[in-house]
Amino acid sequence: MSLVKVTIDEIEVEVEAGTTILNAARKIGGNVVPPAMCYYSKLEGSGGKCRTCLVKVAQGSAKDPRPMPKLVPSCRTVVQNGMVVQNITSPEVMEARKAITEFLLINHPLDCPVCDQAGECSLQDLSYAHGLADTQTIEERRTFAPIDIGDKIKLHMNRCILCYRCVMVADQLTDQRVHGVLGRGDHCEISTYITKAVDNDFSGNMIDVCPVGALTDKTFRFKSRVWFTKPFDAHRDCPKCSGKVVLWMKGEEILRVTGRKDKYGELEVFICNDCRFEHKEDKDWEVEGPRKIERHSVIGQNHYEK
Amino acid sequence: MAEQILLKSLEVPGLAGFDIYRKLGGYASVEKALKNFTPDEVTAEVKKSGLRGRGGAGFPTGMKWGFIDKSTDYPRYFVCNFDESEPGTFKDRHIGQLNPHQLIEGMILGSYALGARTSYIYIRGELFYVLKIIEKAIAEAYSNGFLGENILGSGYSLDLYCHPGAGAYICGEETALIESLEGKRGNPRIKPPFPAIVGLYDCPTVVNNVETIAVLPWIINHGADAYAAIGIGNSKGTKLISACGHINKPGIYEIELGLPVEEFIYSEKYCGGIRNGNKLKAVVAGGSSVPILPADLILKTAKGEPRLMSYESLAEGDFETGTMLGSGGFIVMDETTCMVKNLLTFARFYHHESCGQCSPCREGTGWIEKILQRIENGQGTMKDIDLLVSISKHIEGNTICPLGDAAAWPVASAVRHFRQEFEDHVKLQRCPLSK
Ligand SMILES: Cc1cc2nc3c(=O)[nH]c(=O)nc-3n(C[C@H](O)[C@H](O)[C@H](O)COP(=O)(O)O)c2cc1C
Ligand code: SF4
Ligand code: SF4
Ligand code: FES
Repeated sequence: MSLVKVTIDEIEVEVEAGTTILNAARKIGGNVVPPAMCYYSKLEGSGGKCRTCLVKVAQGSAKDPRPMPKLVPSCRTVVQNGMVVQNITSPEVMEARKAITEFLLINHPLDCPVCDQAGECSLQDLSYAHGLADTQTIEERRTFAPIDIGDKIKLHMNRCILCYRCVMVADQLTDQRVHGVLGRGDHCEISTYITKAVDNDFSGNMIDVCPVGALTDKTFRFKSRVWFTKPFDAHRDCPKCSGKVVLWMKGEEILRVTGRKDKYGELEVFICNDCRFEHKEDKDWEVEGPRKIERHSVIGQNHYEK
Repeated sequence: MAEQILLKSLEVPGLAGFDIYRKLGGYASVEKALKNFTPDEVTAEVKKSGLRGRGGAGFPTGMKWGFIDKSTDYPRYFVCNFDESEPGTFKDRHIGQLNPHQLIEGMILGSYALGARTSYIYIRGELFYVLKIIEKAIAEAYSNGFLGENILGSGYSLDLYCHPGAGAYICGEETALIESLEGKRGNPRIKPPFPAIVGLYDCPTVVNNVETIAVLPWIINHGADAYAAIGIGNSKGTKLISACGHINKPGIYEIELGLPVEEFIYSEKYCGGIRNGNKLKAVVAGGSSVPILPADLILKTAKGEPRLMSYESLAEGDFETGTMLGSGGFIVMDETTCMVKNLLTFARFYHHESCGQCSPCREGTGWIEKILQRIENGQGTMKDIDLLVSISKHIEGNTICPLGDAAAWPVASAVRHFRQEFEDHVKLQRCPLSK
């Protein structure tokens, strides 16, 4: 693999040819990393939709230094040797990000107080960083009634940002996709195929990839705010998946089991529904130790860092 | 009227049937091309003619064909975009309905030039009756040896299908069209890669508009130079304009590019002036997506030169004082038209047709519609007017496909040129034009 040099917010980094701007920025780390609400490195074809990761390409490459005419989605734009990218150093990018955040919120119910995702929600994180203090909308929001998709998963369509990640999980991880996107525009909804329920060994991963509280774990619903639970890495011998999970405990009780997420909120590996929903006893798991959560919203304040 | 390339024989009864079409010289270009031209020579001829895409963007057709890599063994596809759904645009339907063989003849030429063995006409679902006409014409072309195996003994074979969409404006965007043709949800793809590299079934693909394809036979029959002699500057040839609104003679006209806009609106040959002797107020020159212009700026450029019906002249002054030729949907509005209401109609359309993939367009189009509804109802505020501009600015350029831009431009231009009217709605708390 040949290496190319790219500069992001005045920091130079060397990455393999074919790397996207977003992943080059992740290699640098810190606050030059654009927020990503739809891209998911483990899901093929993801990204490009939410537009929160837009950046400015001030110089296309060493060979062709012309800037790109529009902001580009960093998750889907491949770096060129000598490319110069501006993220947080570009006022234009910051303005666009603020606008995108506003767009994502105009139909969002803002029901964080009763949403299980609160505290570990990418949209909350994004709003803290780029949201307006005030609202410019007085319009009614579009609403849907919450529905069950399968006996373990709840869908609150009102909260969905249409990142398509759950559809890709179903498409790429499970052998039969039974749900997808119906309708157009802001009438779009995630739905199952007529009367089919989402029911297969890996469907629970939809909950973990969902950046917001649109898909939540019915076995954990309303049990506790996530910041009152303590995450522990644990594993078990599972015939279906790696068995490597995070247990979310309150006292001695395992309230929830999820996959292990990295600092960008992405699962390290997908886990099966057996591990996720059916094993909530102490004896089921080999606990490895407390898990450090590196996120900037409230869940990160869970005192496992010094 | 100028040279008639597309509308010439449309009045001939029975033109949609193979025999009459053939008698009038139909399919001669296929005979000529398969016998005398290599595929690359056909491409070169189209390049030389200066033909530009008639679907809206005006991209040079020959150059687009030139992006196709013919050195690989991958199949290549030629696709006709017959999704025509832009408000104000109704020219392609006319060709498909009355002269389907001209489109098929063009499809054969384009397919031959690109080396496509299978080609598709993707037609808007609502035009089901046109689909029937085209399917019948395709069957006739097969039985007369112009489609199928070994056409005219040349060794070149081509299968042509006409495929109906389900009636979505977004499926006119070429990558959404390709997705839909593949049997998927019609979501535009994220580009790059462009269809010339990764198109239908991941193979190199060219998508062209109906009108673009329908002029190919004339270009091959009469030569690129004859075509390039028509028109003005980089706007070669003729263009179909579907004219509607408050004019005396709405309809479909074939004009030579370069015709003064004033002549087009007022002469008896074309639109025949404004109805009831009213005053011209505004024109949307190229389908609902392009910026609206007030009467003075559509008749003359900001520099005071007469505005012409050409890609360059209509774009003169950029979006500050100019617009675009677009798809040729020419919507004329007289003094009785409310600019807010008109914009609301457009906004409702884009809101309804957004595919919903990317957040600025999905959320912004609905928001714009709701604000406009409020202003039209007399419940708007001055702040709403600025908000409209800022929303349109935040959609423009930040979306996956140009539908977002198409929703934003009409808003920005209407407020730019008719701000007073928006403010009057707010001040009077009603539409000043409604009695
Ligand atoms: C939302 C949207 C709708 C479109 N609809 C059409 C259409 O109905 N017909 C068409 O020919 N082109 C349409 N286009 C343009 C096509 O994407 C494409 O540029 C065109 O078919 C290319 O053909 P041409 O080069 O012959 O103009 C549309 C584009 C967008 C963004
Ligand atoms: S339900 Fe969640 S994962 Fe699925 S599209 Fe909506 S936000 Fe994305
Ligand atoms: S701009 Fe609108 S129509 Fe185009 S991809 Fe985005 S949401 Fe879909
Ligand atoms: S993360 Fe790049 S567009 Fe959503």
